[in-house]
Formats: sequence, C-alpha cells, structure tokens
Amino acid sequence: MNLHEYQAKELLQSAGVDVPRGAVAFSPDQAVYAATEIGGWHWAVKAQIHAGARGKAGGIKLCRTYGEVRDAAEAMLGHRLVTHQTGPEGKPVQRVYIEAADKFDREFYLGYVLDRKEERIRVIASRDGGVEIEQIAAEKPESLITVIVEPAVGLQPFQAREIAFGLGLNIKQVQRAVQTIMGAYRAFRDADATMLEINPLVLTHDERVIALDAKMVVDDNALFRQRAIEGMRDPSQDDPREAQAAEHNLNYVGLDGTIGCIVNGAGLAMATMDVIKYAGGEPANFLDVGGGASPERVATAFRLVLSDSRVQSILVNIFAGINRCDWVAEGVVQAARETQIKVPLIVRLAGTNVEAGRKILAESGLPLITAETLSEAADKAVKAARGQI
Amino acid sequence: MSILIDKSTRILIQGFTGDKGTFHGREMLEYGGNVVGGVTPGKGGRTHLGLPVFDTVREAVAATGADASITFVAPPFCADAIMEGATAGLRLICAITDGIPAQDMMRVKRYLRRFPKDRRTCLVGPNCAGIISPGRAMLGIMPSHIYIEGNVGIVSRSGTLGYEAAAQLKALGIGVSTSVGIGGDPINGSSFLDHLALFEKDPQTHAVLMIGEIGGAQEAEAAAWIKDNMSKPVVGYVAGLTAPKGRRMGHAGAIISGAGDSAAEKAEIMEFYGLTVAPSAGELGSTVAALLDKKRRAA
Repeated sequence: MNLHEYQAKELLQSAGVDVPRGAVAFSPDQAVYAATEIGGWHWAVKAQIHAGARGKAGGIKLCRTYGEVRDAAEAMLGHRLVTHQTGPEGKPVQRVYIEAADKFDREFYLGYVLDRKEERIRVIASRDGGVEIEQIAAEKPESLITVIVEPAVGLQPFQAREIAFGLGLNIKQVQRAVQTIMGAYRAFRDADATMLEINPLVLTHDERVIALDAKMVVDDNALFRQRAIEGMRDPSQDDPREAQAAEHNLNYVGLDGTIGCIVNGAGLAMATMDVIKYAGGEPANFLDVGGGASPERVATAFRLVLSDSRVQSILVNIFAGINRCDWVAEGVVQAARETQIKVPLIVRLAGTNVEAGRKILAESGLPLITAETLSEAADKAVKAARGQI
Repeated sequence: MSILIDKSTRILIQGFTGDKGTFHGREMLEYGGNVVGGVTPGKGGRTHLGLPVFDTVREAVAATGADASITFVAPPFCADAIMEGATAGLRLICAITDGIPAQDMMRVKRYLRRFPKDRRTCLVGPNCAGIISPGRAMLGIMPSHIYIEGNVGIVSRSGTLGYEAAAQLKALGIGVSTSVGIGGDPINGSSFLDHLALFEKDPQTHAVLMIGEIGGAQEAEAAAWIKDNMSKPVVGYVAGLTAPKGRRMGHAGAIISGAGDSAAEKAEIMEFYGLTVAPSAGELGSTVAALLDKKRRAA
C-alpha cells in the first residue's frame, strides 16, 4: 500500500526524524490557513498523489504570499496531475501539503528497501540527492553508500555513522544525520514498510538534517497489524476497477489490450496473458479469481472485465485443483446468464472432473466457445476478438 | 528415488484441526502419505482424522518421530509456526500459507541460519502449492491425479502454472519424479537453486522443468548455477512477459522493480546459460518432450 508524502512524514516525525513544519489541506482556504499557522515567509504547496516526479510536472509550487498559496492550491486541487510516473491519465489531486520552505545547502538521497536478494533491509544513501535513484545509480554509482541491516539486532549506530561520514558531513552534522538515519529505520521497521525513500534529505543553512520529501510503501500482508496505517489508505489514487476488485478479494490489473482474462492462480494468469500475446493478441487485464472460483466470484470477475469497453472477447482459464470443474462450469454458466455477455466467451477448463464440467458448458445452450488446451484457448480468443469466429 | 519426500517421510500437519488442515490432511492420507499427526495449540490430546493432535511441535516430534510438516497456520502466526517446527528438529517444512508479512519472513530466514547446515530445516514456500512425489507421497494441496510417476523434476513459483505443466506432461505420457512449488512471496524459503541441486543428485530425475515469474533474481542465479554444475537438461519458462513494470501481479513477489527481473530479461539470461526456454506456457510439455527425445537420440 502506498502512503502520501504527508502520511510518511507523520510516521517519520514520530520516530524522531526532523521534517519541515507542515499541514495537509483539502481546499484553498485550508491551504492559506495552514500557511498562517506554519508561519514564516516561504511555503511549498505540494500535490499529494501516489507518484513521484511532481516538481517538473507542476505539482510543487514555491510561494511567497498567502495569495500565491491560495492560487497554487486552487490550481492543483480537483485536477489530475500527470508526471512521468503516473501514466498519461495522471492521478487526481484531492489534498495538498503546505510546508515551510527552509533554505538548504546540500541535498542527499536516503533510501530503505526490503532487499529480496539479501533477504534483509538495505539502506542506500548518496551525496547526490534530489534526482531519481536510478539516475544516480546510472551516472554516479560510486556515490552510492550501502548498508545491510542484520535483522536479529537491527540497524547499528556505526552503520549510520558510516553512511553519515560517507555523505561528507562534519562531526556535528553527523550526529544529527545518525539520529535521522536510525529514526527512519525504526519508522520503516515498525510500519512493516517495504520501501522508504527520503529524497532529498537536506542539510539546512542552520545545519539541521531534515527530510524534505518522503515516499513510503507498506507491505499489504502486514496491514492486519498496522491498523493506523490501513486507515491512511486513499482509494482515490487507485484505478477504480482495481479498487472494486480488491473489495471482492480479487486481483485485477488493467492493461491496454482487447482480450479480457479470468484465470485462477497468479502464475497461470500471467502465463495466460503471455500466451494471448504469443497468439498475436493483446490482453486487456490480469485477473486472478483465486482458488475457490465460486459463481459469485466469477460473476464479479465478469462484471469487472466487461466494465472495460475495449474488451472484444473474454478468455476464462480455470485449472481446477481443490475445486472441481463441474462446479466452476456451473459458476461460469450462471455468471454468463446474469451479466448478459455480448462479446464472445472462450472457456478452457482443466483438472478435476473436467468431463463433467465440459458437459455442463455444452448443455447450457449459451454461445460458449470451448477449448481443451491453453494454446487452443488463446488462439480462439484472439480470433474471436477480431470477429473471425 | 525422488527429492524431499517419499513413502518413508513422516508427516505432521501444523494447523491440523482447521478447515484447510482437515481438508488437505484427508487428501494427503488418501494419497497414501504417511501422515502421523498434527499440531494445534490448545487441542493437544484429541484425535483428528484418526490421528493424534499435539499442543506443540516438540511433543509431536517426540511422540511420532515426524521429520516433515506442512503448515496451514494463518498468516499472523505462520512465521512463529515455522520457527517452532525448525526448533523441534523437522528436516522439511512446507508452508502453504499466503499472506505472511515480508519482515516476518526476513526474521524466519535469519532464524533458520542459527542451525548448523547439516541440521538446518529446508523450508518450502510460503505461498506455494507444496510438494508431490507421484506414487509416493504428497505434502501439498495439488490435484494429485494430474501427476504420473516419471523422470521429470518440476520446480515452480506458481502453483497453478505447475499444475498446467504437469497436465501437459501427462497428456504426452511423461511423468514426474517430484514437483516442488517454491511460492510467490518476495522472501521465500528454499530457492530454485536449492531444488535444482537436489534434482541433479536424484537418479530418477532425467530432466528438470523450471517455471519462474517476474520479480527477484532467483531464476537468474539458478541459471548461472546450472551452467557450471548441472549435467541434466533444464527447460526454463518465465511468466509475465506482458506484465507492466511496477505493478504487482497477484503474487506478493511478482513485480518488476529493477534491472534484470522482467520475464524477457530472465528468459534471455536462461538462454545465455544454455537452458532451453519454452516459447509459451502452452508449450511446456512439448518442449520437455523434445528435449528428452534429443537426449535419448544422443545416448
């Protein structure tokens, strides 16, 4: 689950990381009020969306007067912000974050990630902050400082010092940076995060080390014990179809093609998409209905897939393991009747009780196209989408 | 022979009395597996499916001589159950549970390394379909009838894609020595490489089918290892060619996040290291068949 910048900063601040004074606002009035509360003479108005690269896209405005704060908030709120990370449709801006804009001397990169290869938390820092880590890694790989955290004891102060000295700080600044690095680690660990990026981490004129931006991703599997963070979820940032799917415990990812897919199992769902491509078509979505493909779940899946107007045919591919094909077939027939599907429906069943399942499909009287193998199903789905069947 | 499990494996079920433990426990017993009992804290002393239930894994091991377990324990408690099993001396633990927090798995992996290598538990999964050695034993949730006994080893991240492969092989009359699902989580127990090493030593296994997916570096590591260490032919396949970058595709670990973990890159790495890559998931069986044929003609 993605967090907004202001939410991540809340978590960082309570773990002892210094962040600029700031407040979230849902309207231009609130934005101006926030600026008066924060005080000072310079404010940053920042669009809160689940994507980076906001600065270049007009999602971060530096303001010198309350009028400028109001204008900036007005220009952002209620609009969609398109950055190179959002895709062409952009993300809706429903909240802005108003922050004291302190002057700073230097920008660093500080990141934490649950490293799959090391199976540990990796801390990455660079003295070349303010640009994306991929760019730092490509252009100045020698500037990257990496530390692996031993899970039994956690991040140690010597490791934080190694990073801080590596950033070229003096001893007074190092002490502050160590507090930041250790605090951010605790925030990462305690929130069950899988990714935390503080970019940039800055050294201010008065030698404070503060997190100027923050991006955090929390492990979905850990939300059962992260109730406060679960409450930070912002469904406006998700694709509406994906949000709807998530409500029914289905995994849906929208793509650009014309062939809708309904499959059980994540691996088989991905492979089905690939086989469609191999057969010359383009998949419209990834959709895993999970192990128990009950009639209700299949019906929900049909509705989701059909809500994409580009879909020209639907391929149902179920490999019945625990559940039985006859049962799945009944679900498909029932769901197909309920949702009144207008596009060709290709069904491939395999596994337990496959003969009984095929019989139910054949006797349903529905204009279903059946297939025995994965390749045959994909071929038929591609042809059907082109109107060739 | 087979790898990991056979008729002599003495199986415990952790989370025995729950719905899943009961359902799959019955399936494993019907398959002829040597299930010797189960563990559900608080239900020790009862009998379930005609087998004894214990409060702790340690008691269960002492009473039954169990050497392997399968766990259906719910995600919040599963890391704990795995560590309990490892401490009780189980040689093999297969975790079916989907949804264990990644930081829990990080601690589990660290904990398993406490034990010297010769006594270290092999963890299969989590978030996997388990293990089957057709005709011998099943420690998993797969539909057993799609597997016939034979000489091809299967190691797969995905459960259903592993079934697909087994069914394609069966349709061609090709059997399986052992099929292992290593699971779809970003941090999992044993890797492709661990099982390839076992297949290499197993005389019953003549070829291996390795089915990966997007995300992580385990497929690439395994491919590099195969080139230098494996005498048996390996067919590779990576699901997710059409998956967009940065999007999670069902499995917690199925996400393209950096260089080298897309399906196209992994398939290219496999080919570079001399694996035969199946062109499509519809041709897993036929690619293995062609390779076995070629091997037979060469011999």
